[in-house]
Amino acid sequence: MFDFLQDYDLAGAVWTTVQLAVLSAVGSLIWGTMLAAMRVGPVPLMRAFGTAYVNIVRNIPLTVIILFASLGLSQTLGVTLGGGNDFETINFRLAVLGLILYTSSFVCEALRSGINTVPVGQAEAARALGLSFGQVLRLVVLPQAFRSSVVPLANVLIALIKNTTVAAAIGVAETALLMKEMIENEAQLLLISAVIALVFVVLTLPTGLILGWVGKKVAVKR
Amino acid sequence: MKLRKVSAASAAVLALALTATACGGDDKDSGSSGGDSKKITIGIKFDQPGLGQKTPDGYAGFDVDIATYVAKKLGYTEDQIEWKESKSADRETMLQRGDVDFIAATYSITPQRQEKVDFAGPYLLAHQDVLIRADDDKIKSPEDLNNAKLCSVTGSTSAQNIKDKLAPKAQLQPYPTYSACLPGLQNGAIDALTTDDSILAGYASQSQFKGKFKLGGFKLTNENYGIGVKKGSDLKDKINKALEEMVADKSWDKAVKDNFGPANYNNEPAPKIGDIKS
Amino acid sequence: MSSVLYDAQGPRAKRRNVLFTVVFLVALAALLWWVISTLNDKGQLEWALWKPFFTGTEAWSTYIWPGLQNTLKAAVLAVVIALPLGAALGIARLSDHQWVRVPAAIVVEFFRSIPVLVLMIFGLALFAEYTDVSSDDRPLYAVVTGLVLYNASVLAEIVRSGILSLPKGQAEGAMAIGLRKGQVMRLILLPQAVTAMLPAIVSQLVVILKDTALGGAILTFPELLASANTMSGYYGANVIASYTVVAVIYIALNFALTSFASWLERRLRRAKKSTGAVLSADDVETADAGTVGKI
Repeated sequence: MFDFLQDYDLAGAVWTTVQLAVLSAVGSLIWGTMLAAMRVGPVPLMRAFGTAYVNIVRNIPLTVIILFASLGLSQTLGVTLGGGNDFETINFRLAVLGLILYTSSFVCEALRSGINTVPVGQAEAARALGLSFGQVLRLVVLPQAFRSSVVPLANVLIALIKNTTVAAAIGVAETALLMKEMIENEAQLLLISAVIALVFVVLTLPTGLILGWVGKKVAVKR
Repeated sequence: MKLRKVSAASAAVLALALTATACGGDDKDSGSSGGDSKKITIGIKFDQPGLGQKTPDGYAGFDVDIATYVAKKLGYTEDQIEWKESKSADRETMLQRGDVDFIAATYSITPQRQEKVDFAGPYLLAHQDVLIRADDDKIKSPEDLNNAKLCSVTGSTSAQNIKDKLAPKAQLQPYPTYSACLPGLQNGAIDALTTDDSILAGYASQSQFKGKFKLGGFKLTNENYGIGVKKGSDLKDKINKALEEMVADKSWDKAVKDNFGPANYNNEPAPKIGDIKS
Repeated sequence: MSSVLYDAQGPRAKRRNVLFTVVFLVALAALLWWVISTLNDKGQLEWALWKPFFTGTEAWSTYIWPGLQNTLKAAVLAVVIALPLGAALGIARLSDHQWVRVPAAIVVEFFRSIPVLVLMIFGLALFAEYTDVSSDDRPLYAVVTGLVLYNASVLAEIVRSGILSLPKGQAEGAMAIGLRKGQVMRLILLPQAVTAMLPAIVSQLVVILKDTALGGAILTFPELLASANTMSGYYGANVIASYTVVAVIYIALNFALTSFASWLERRLRRAKKSTGAVLSADDVETADAGTVGKI
């Protein structure tokens, strides 16, 4: 019944999906935190940039961003991201870049709402101690903000895992592209779909459950 | 079989819900071919300059010219033609269902397709080829494609053919449309765009690209473009007759010149009806 | 505007801010300069490539408008079908009967954990194999099917949390005056919850609109993004220009929707005197997916 799976590299495709998700998650956490810092910081230009970035990027379909990364950044501007001559590597890295650029705007918003849950007194007390903006953020506010944004961030991560499928638009050999190929060549439509669905359920459901539990565990009790 | 019925039923319910809400959109019922209403529905490509391209003034290209001529011989004026987009993967189904009367859309005659539909023609003999930069002197033979960076459309077999048979080390970039390959080709990010030479000639003939690209001229395969009709349709003989007349009265040559002229496309002479080169 | 995160700025802080501003500005300008000059070198800024969008309306009426119409059609159909379905699922998840609650929960959690693209690919093959939907309509059906399955489960969660956000006293009071369960839901809870949910629903519309682009890129659905492909075939492969114009349209459309959602939210918050919370766009994950936030 599952014979057809032997002709396809399902494990490889799933592994690509996982790699896409993990690398983009780390990248968007970093870039998203920087964006959030810009948006709450004292420099007006950076605040404006952060706001504009989030409002623009959130409103473009991810598909467009990833196509742009390939057509614009790579094919026209000549950025290869160190992938040399190898399309597979270049496309994979471009997809990660596109996912980071897109997802970080959501990370930024999740963090910003996390920052808003930190009581005013915390920042005021930190300032009274003579800490600078960077120190207030780094030592007092962000650690608490991160703890209360675990659940929203987990949602962003789940969305990210599912969004990795969009990389199929530039030919990254991940799970959705494999599914399309399998459906075109094999007759077992329902079986193939069930297998692919199972893959994503296995990837996303535990992530949500575990991070939901972690979120409760680390939440700052107030 | 049971499962099939259940899923068919549930899909039909969903489909019903969709049509119920979608009504008032566009009237699809004109798809049924009817001699009484005096309309003919023809399937073409919408996004292939030189063959079938949607333009602000209607539709243009070699396939369009052929189809228009044939339709005229069948007794329809240009106003009575309704053009429909027929994507490669949909062509057989569209004919079988009667969505279109005939299809002229870079439709190669193959034994597999002949099992499902009938073909009139062929009306053009094309070959799989590559489009390269005009100043590229590295790619002279198909073997030079090894290590080259190829571009084609998602789901196309032509690029995979090259990779499998000729150039195992070639790299493949798929895009949703051929035009997405061209900026990369221009900039050197891509070395060759591969598909039928007729399609490539159509791109190369566009005024913006004059002198920038050339065809490799490799003739990797034979693609016999035919006009697809429903299996057993009596249109086949009428279309064949129209195509013969088109070649005889030189309209065929004119259509080739109009659409591929600027690309220096060395077209094959008009093929004899029924002469399918394998 | 002063923030709680930093002190009112003295002369040194102001100088430092100016320095940061200048450095940031230079970095931004350098990036922009690099993009523009490279695009120019590669001939992508030639007027011929951009002209169709700025002179005359033919590019708009031939390619963009029909594409946009399909985008909107798919989005509206998806919302119209997903809303009642989502409401039903959401209410079912709150049912007192386990045999209603559990299946509803399974359906919702299942479809929320699968990428919408996978659902669309499945839908396309399903319609091709088991129905005689014509090839013209198949991509639309597939896109709408995918969007409906996914968004109905997201909307179910919005509805559920909207109802849960109402104070307990509402339901208790209603039951105390002798309303039946159905009446409590229909007359008391739902009307209040719907107002609370409106902003979240509008935000979900943005997600739906963005997801229709998947249909264009991968399923040959002739929507806005795909219209850029047909268009660039005619205008000499002006792919960069076409995609840029399309992206700007998406931004404008979605920005308008997002602004509408937050205006609605502010207005409802102000008008609100007594019950419940107003679900904001941020409460329900708009990155798509995910459990409804902190409610």
